[in-house]
Amino acid sequence: MGEFRMPSLGADMERGKVIEWLVKPGDYVHRGDILAAVDTEKTVMEVESFEEGVVAEYLVDLGVTVPVGTPIARITGTPADVVAAGPPAAGAPSRPTPPPAPAPTAPPTPAAERVAPVPAPKPAEAPEPSAPLTPPIRHLAHQFGVDVDRLHGTGKHGAITRADVEAAAAQRAAPSAVPGHGPEGRVRSSPRARRLAAELGVDLASVSGTGPGGAVTEADLRREAAARGPAPEVGAASVGVESVQAEAVAAAPATRAPVESRPGGTATSEAAERVAGLRRAIGSLMARSKREIPHYYLSTTIDLSSAVAWMQQANADRPISSRLVPAALLLAASARAAKDVPGLNGFFVDGVFQQSTAVHLGVAVALRGGGLVAPAIHDADTLTSDELMARLRDLVARARGGRLQRAEMADPTITVTNLGELGAEAVFGVIYPPQVALVGFGRVVERPWAQDGMLGVRPVVTATLSADHRASDGLRGGRFLARVDELLQKPEDL
Amino acid sequence: MNEQDARAAVLAAIGEVAPDVETEGLDGAARLRQDLELDSLDFLRLLEVVAESTGVNTPEDDYAGLTTVQSLVDYVAAYG
Repeated sequence: MGEFRMPSLGADMERGKVIEWLVKPGDYVHRGDILAAVDTEKTVMEVESFEEGVVAEYLVDLGVTVPVGTPIARITGTPADVVAAGPPAAGAPSRPTPPPAPAPTAPPTPAAERVAPVPAPKPAEAPEPSAPLTPPIRHLAHQFGVDVDRLHGTGKHGAITRADVEAAAAQRAAPSAVPGHGPEGRVRSSPRARRLAAELGVDLASVSGTGPGGAVTEADLRREAAARGPAPEVGAASVGVESVQAEAVAAAPATRAPVESRPGGTATSEAAERVAGLRRAIGSLMARSKREIPHYYLSTTIDLSSAVAWMQQANADRPISSRLVPAALLLAASARAAKDVPGLNGFFVDGVFQQSTAVHLGVAVALRGGGLVAPAIHDADTLTSDELMARLRDLVARARGGRLQRAEMADPTITVTNLGELGAEAVFGVIYPPQVALVGFGRVVERPWAQDGMLGVRPVVTATLSADHRASDGLRGGRFLARVDELLQKPEDL
Repeated sequence: MNEQDARAAVLAAIGEVAPDVETEGLDGAARLRQDLELDSLDFLRLLEVVAESTGVNTPEDDYAGLTTVQSLVDYVAAYG
């Protein structure tokens, strides 16, 4: 029971703003349930509840930047508390939303999320006053002005579910519904599908859903978008809440020659502001790193012929969707080496290095439009290269789409930066405090390579290590890079 | 597949993988990596989306030849 505060989503985060609520007052939340999407200056992240209870009210408005630690929602311990307290909508001055039904009780939603009548359950012919009903659902019904006695429950043993109440509210509200608002008439869809709809410029209401309960799925959206030809530019969705998430990607660098500058001054300036904010955040963290961490740097060149040959062989039999890229092998080797060689994986806090037993591998992801974030792949040392590849694709897509989770940003124990195919040959990175090491990989290049008295041409990569002298020294660091090399010679074991 | 359909499929895929790229009137000579800033994961995703819409499955050995928008359009037109 208590206040949910703006969490710190990384060492450098000082403030944040809620850009989307993923729960409504009256919702029962468990520990770990996602409550809201929070925009830090670096990215958008989903934050989870630290406690169990019922969401009583929002304490901040959408889009308002508040310092870390500011209460953003009130969560009460039991459903009974909420009911006893009366509808939280009434008389709570800080509440950002208008009063109950049929007016919307949810925050303004993206334009793409148009109102469409949800197929309502059959009209209630026989009232079932004894239908099982949980307090949160009763509360929700009260908020929407729905008479539960007239509802036909579709849940277990005829229980009235949230969907029943929402459908009834939708039915009532549909004729006068305001587009773009509220849970009434809400098209069933996941936040992910709603974002995709915005990206594709597809009106959710125009799509017939094939998912559970008629929910609009990603496949539905792609089909709809494909049927309509090339998607309109993302700017079409850049109104309201959703635009914040699109900003990072919308910030096309002016140097991109074949691309004309995009119309829509507002989106562009917001994007520029976002990139500037991200740059400030990176700058302040890196300045702290250089001020506090006595870095040392090592470099070694690794023969990748075994790894590349093995990967090509593996990829030959696979569909595109499950093919590997060299980065997956480099990450797998780094994670295992971080586990094997002490002194590099963990945090330096309060003057002491604390080795972490788990390897949460931070992966530096460049955002289209500028800046980077380095979220973690958890327990990366225990994953196969295939699993790592899947996680990498997911992580990069979410980082660029603006949907990372709090834990991913907060707890990498060591970070890898991989410059990829167009990068330089070597990168000597700056450590992310409180971590103590950063591993860098340059571009994979073909080079003459001497071995056993013979000269040949092989694909090689320069691996580097930036490490904290308070936690390790060059001998340790050298062992780490040697271990990475060793692991990459047996790619089939990764 | 004719070139027009191939081009439409490729542009739609680019629009999905890199939403910030204005695909309308995109120059065929634009390089996928350098100009459109697609990294290896983006490139893989691009081929995946193209495969979904056209059925053209690109073996890894052919990656090297696919450097520009036009080269991908030609490839899809040839194999689709």
